[in-house]
Amino acid sequence: MTVGLFIPCYVDQFYPNAAIATLQLLEKLGVNVVYPMNQTCCGQPMANSGFEHLTHGCNELFIKNFSEFDYIVAPSGSCVLHVREHLHDENQEAKAESTRHKVWELTSFLTDVLKVEHLEARFPHKVGVHQSCHGQRGLKLSQMSELVAPGFSKPGSLLNMVKDIELIPLNRVDECCGFGGTFCVAEEAVSAKMGKDRVADHVSHGAEYITGVDMSCLMHMEGILKRQGSDVKVLHIAEILNSTP
Amino acid sequence: MDEVKTKNSPNVPLQGAGGKDHAELAAEFNIDEKRVDWHDETLWWIRQKRDKNVHQLPEWELLRETASQIKFNVLSNLSSYLEQFEKNAIANGVVVHWAKDAAEHNQIVHGLLQKHGVSKMVKSKSMLTEECHLNEYLAEHGIEVIDSDLGERIVQLAKEPPSHIVLPCIHKKKEEIGDLFHMYLGTPSNVADPQFLTEAARQHLREIFLTRKAALTGVNFAVAETGEFVVCTNEGNADMGAHLAEVHIASMGMEKIIPKREHLGVFLRLLTRSATGQPITTYSSHFKKPRAGKEMHIVIVDNGRSTQLGREDFRNSLKCIRCGACMNTCPVYRRSGGHSYHTAVAGPIGSILSPNLDMKKYADLPFASTLCGSCSNVCPVKIDIHDQLYKWRQVLVKEGYVATGKKISMQVMAKTLASPALYHLAGKAGRLTLKFAPFAVNNKLNPWYKNREMPEPPKQSFGEWYKQNRQS
Repeated sequence: MTVGLFIPCYVDQFYPNAAIATLQLLEKLGVNVVYPMNQTCCGQPMANSGFEHLTHGCNELFIKNFSEFDYIVAPSGSCVLHVREHLHDENQEAKAESTRHKVWELTSFLTDVLKVEHLEARFPHKVGVHQSCHGQRGLKLSQMSELVAPGFSKPGSLLNMVKDIELIPLNRVDECCGFGGTFCVAEEAVSAKMGKDRVADHVSHGAEYITGVDMSCLMHMEGILKRQGSDVKVLHIAEILNSTP
Repeated sequence: MDEVKTKNSPNVPLQGAGGKDHAELAAEFNIDEKRVDWHDETLWWIRQKRDKNVHQLPEWELLRETASQIKFNVLSNLSSYLEQFEKNAIANGVVVHWAKDAAEHNQIVHGLLQKHGVSKMVKSKSMLTEECHLNEYLAEHGIEVIDSDLGERIVQLAKEPPSHIVLPCIHKKKEEIGDLFHMYLGTPSNVADPQFLTEAARQHLREIFLTRKAALTGVNFAVAETGEFVVCTNEGNADMGAHLAEVHIASMGMEKIIPKREHLGVFLRLLTRSATGQPITTYSSHFKKPRAGKEMHIVIVDNGRSTQLGREDFRNSLKCIRCGACMNTCPVYRRSGGHSYHTAVAGPIGSILSPNLDMKKYADLPFASTLCGSCSNVCPVKIDIHDQLYKWRQVLVKEGYVATGKKISMQVMAKTLASPALYHLAGKAGRLTLKFAPFAVNNKLNPWYKNREMPEPPKQSFGEWYKQNRQS
């Protein structure tokens, strides 16, 4: 099995450690991973702003970079959801479709494809889990509080394999952090307020770290934590799952 | 419609409420952070009540699916159900009127009041009349309207529109309501006891109910097979108005049809659990025929609904039963307030309904969302609200309702991200200057930085690390 590693643009540029942890974790689990050097972005920033019609170049490039892999794995629920729902190419729609179906968010790839049941990892800290909306409600990585349905959590089941980790409870288990792509600047006031409220929930429950499947939400919350001078840190879930025992 | 007149306008869309858009109005709302916390907590409490209530029903998701399917059937056969409803209503002795838009609706209501020499009317809650701006229209024609729903009466006294379709004065604190009642209803000053204020409102409204010859109500459900309609209230105010008046006028959006009476067994169970977390509304009143010597009228209103029915991507927004659950759960609505949406129906559902009425005026609303999807999950008729918000964004940009600056920056970004060479160049420059960040596009003053630090730039990108550590 060869996996194409898809690293979202802002992770590539600002959070290389999350990407390195993703790569190392997959390698540890015996997967052959290749990172296509010419990848850029999935096109979501344009599409969510109403400019999906400008994403053709990104789509074409994505297909070129990734269509030949058995699986495509990314440490992001949001970018994966975008590709799954919106990757099209009128000149090669069949190829676009098969690429769409091959793309996986990291934690669900671990639980559903690799069927990981054991991890050699230790993280002796209090950790708050942020449910990123696109991963949770879009990719259904975990059960949503609005629905009357049995609970489950793919990221949660993996974190429970980590030694000495303490997952803290939250008042609002799956409220949005307010990042929302360009929403974070277009609707600055509401976005920042949502971020502050989300962070406060974690902090008041004693979190030392906030983790999640999407670096974009974590980047937003990190920005607020730093502004507040807080010691609480954000870490992508891959970095915890890849921690040394 | 404005849509044709302003098509491809190159300018920034002009929004309502003093020309301010949702982001500006929300920023004003956020100046008082403590008040935002209070507003958020108040609505979150209702969301929790809803959760607690619906989790007692193991069949909840099946109920939602059933309701969604019934409404799908209704929308697919709307014209025949409407004709069936009209035929049965007429047979019951009800007069049925058809209004193609808000203006026609208002004229019909005014005509009926004129015919009966009525200059004062009592009205129970009807979001349709808010949509049609009936109160203002009738006031211009010398007719006084008293809203009899407590929340509506409060915002009416405050000379404000409702901020929520189910909880019209949810943005007002009880002390502010006490002040309003002191000013208009003569209660003692500085009294904020909800029970005392409610009693004062009851006494005030009782006199209104007894003296009004005409009453207007909304319609929650219109049953095609019987020609009857159902009005749901917690206060019984629709009943008080309608039973005491000579003329009962019911204004109904044409999507309010359900095929059979038995379908109420689905919808009445969903409506108030979703809305307020109650098992059922206190009053679910069936109106079928006028009392002897009295008149009952139904005004069936289109006002853009048939246009929406024709938009395949947005059609099922017409399934909405106006429970307001999407507002209570919306993290943006809770922190921006209903008035920031500058439209009769605020929140997520309003943001997919309003652009249909006027794309230019409401071009900002589909962007007033993080697309978190909580709205779609609480919707009792399973409208894909957040997907429609995304789709409206595409439509609005294609139709030209977008700022030129945003358009240009998006074109630059699309070009950069489509080219690995340009991307790597921009990334390098960006990490040095912190200017490149796809999420922070089109920001002259960098609004990100107002409340948040920028991420610390790493020495090398992952791509560069990979080249060094895996390819050399």
